[in-house]
Amino acid sequence: MKLLYDTLIAPFADFEFMRRALVGTFALAFGAPPIGVFLMLRRMSLIGDAMAHAILPGAAVGFLIAGLSLFAMAGGGLIAGFLIAIGAGLIARATPLREDAALAAFFLISLALGVTIVSIKGNNVDLMHFLFGSVLAVDDPTLVLILGITSVSLVVLAVIWRPLVLECVDPGFLRSVSRAGGPAHIAFLALVVLNLVGGFQALGTLLAVGIMMLPAVISRFWARDITGMIAVAVAAAAISGYVGLLVSYHADLPSGPAIILVAGALYALSLAAGPFGGLIWLALPQRHLEA
Amino acid sequence: MPELRFQNLTLGYERHPAVHHLDGAVESGALLAVVGPNGAGKSTLFKGIVGALKPLAGAIERGRREARDIAYLPQLPEIDRSFPISLYDMVAMGLWRAKGVFGGIGAKDRQAIEAAIAAVGLTGFEERTIGTLSGGQMQRMLFARLLVQDARVIVLDEPFTAIDAKTSADLLALVRRWHGEKRTVLAALHDIDLVKANFPETLLLAREPVAWGGTPDVLTAENLNKARRMCEAFDDGAETCAVAAE
Repeated sequence: MKLLYDTLIAPFADFEFMRRALVGTFALAFGAPPIGVFLMLRRMSLIGDAMAHAILPGAAVGFLIAGLSLFAMAGGGLIAGFLIAIGAGLIARATPLREDAALAAFFLISLALGVTIVSIKGNNVDLMHFLFGSVLAVDDPTLVLILGITSVSLVVLAVIWRPLVLECVDPGFLRSVSRAGGPAHIAFLALVVLNLVGGFQALGTLLAVGIMMLPAVISRFWARDITGMIAVAVAAAAISGYVGLLVSYHADLPSGPAIILVAGALYALSLAAGPFGGLIWLALPQRHLEA
Repeated sequence: MPELRFQNLTLGYERHPAVHHLDGAVESGALLAVVGPNGAGKSTLFKGIVGALKPLAGAIERGRREARDIAYLPQLPEIDRSFPISLYDMVAMGLWRAKGVFGGIGAKDRQAIEAAIAAVGLTGFEERTIGTLSGGQMQRMLFARLLVQDARVIVLDEPFTAIDAKTSADLLALVRRWHGEKRTVLAALHDIDLVKANFPETLLLAREPVAWGGTPDVLTAENLNKARRMCEAFDDGAETCAVAAE
């Protein structure tokens, strides 16, 4: 019992920074994975990555103006992300370029710009903070920001649920009955940016995408319908957060990568044994049914 | 009273006309077949009617209705069949015009959905994900969604293509039922015998309107030959059309 307590609970009972990190990752686990599920179902799994790069110059400008200030960096990231999301969305609707191509152009420019700006004023440590974050250094304002973002994104997702699902499955039909597709699409891209900015504070721009996409990809192996997928994705993200923090505490590893690596391990497990499409089921021949 | 009126309507792509100078009206309650070779502009005309394509010239009048009140079955629906959604939910989406983004679906709506699924012979398939449906079952499902949409004007783009005889007959019975309910139905079709047997009115299109009127008068050997001679290709060196815009 003592051993179990020491391993699983004591780190959080004893240290406030561990508790904060846990609350922060749980909050991220409720906001980001549902967005990831929709990205995956729209075949936009890599868009999160592009977006994460896109917010870098905004955060960097915030950093340039105000140093490592939470609100300057988050605000800058949000503005840059929204501009690029909306810009790419508009270009995709008005020109023959597809959305992924429009975003690819934007995020590459954005990334180069961001790294340039950080290097003007900062040093390599700052750059590492940008790219990989520091979940153990989450303070109260950051926690409030993450919780606020999660709350907003759950509410917005509930509001745009119907047009968002319909736009994924039959966009032509949605256009033929409603104008809601465009606004829902823009709101969804805004949620992607918002959650990446939230994750950015804890996990950095590169790994924030991990807590969004890995649980989503995992969920595809465990559920057949979209509601089930979202439930699985949230659970997978929360488990990754909790186990990842423990691993990072006991093995003295950086916490952000530990969280994402645990999610990676869950992914490997799902890939092997998930009931919907896991590889084991391919290897075990099952007799087909009568009808 | 006409449900739709085309006034010197030209529709097309990159300034090239696919439907050229069409005039005429579709009366309320009409059952109109739109016939013509591939590339004749049938789908283009339908896209124009439902507002998916803006006219290059001329106009489409829809009376008091909006383009979005017209139910539309495209030739190639943009459906992502790998998306995890059940047949029941797909059919339920036909309620969009009535329910919008937030409206709840009540017991009465559920009855309508179940009745529509039964009418196309898919009872028992409600919980199947759409990826597991055959082509014919898919088309039956889309007809169920049209039933739920309950629109007064219905536009069907090649609804019986790649569909077996039994399914075509079942779906055609639904089209006749809509006609009996005084709905206006337009359908693009290739099966001349099917048109002659079921559609009182026909528009024969070959980019230019060849003939429009009672089916026996329109589908003569002479008219069909005329339609067949249409050249499909766009002419990149084409002059600006001389017919004056009003």
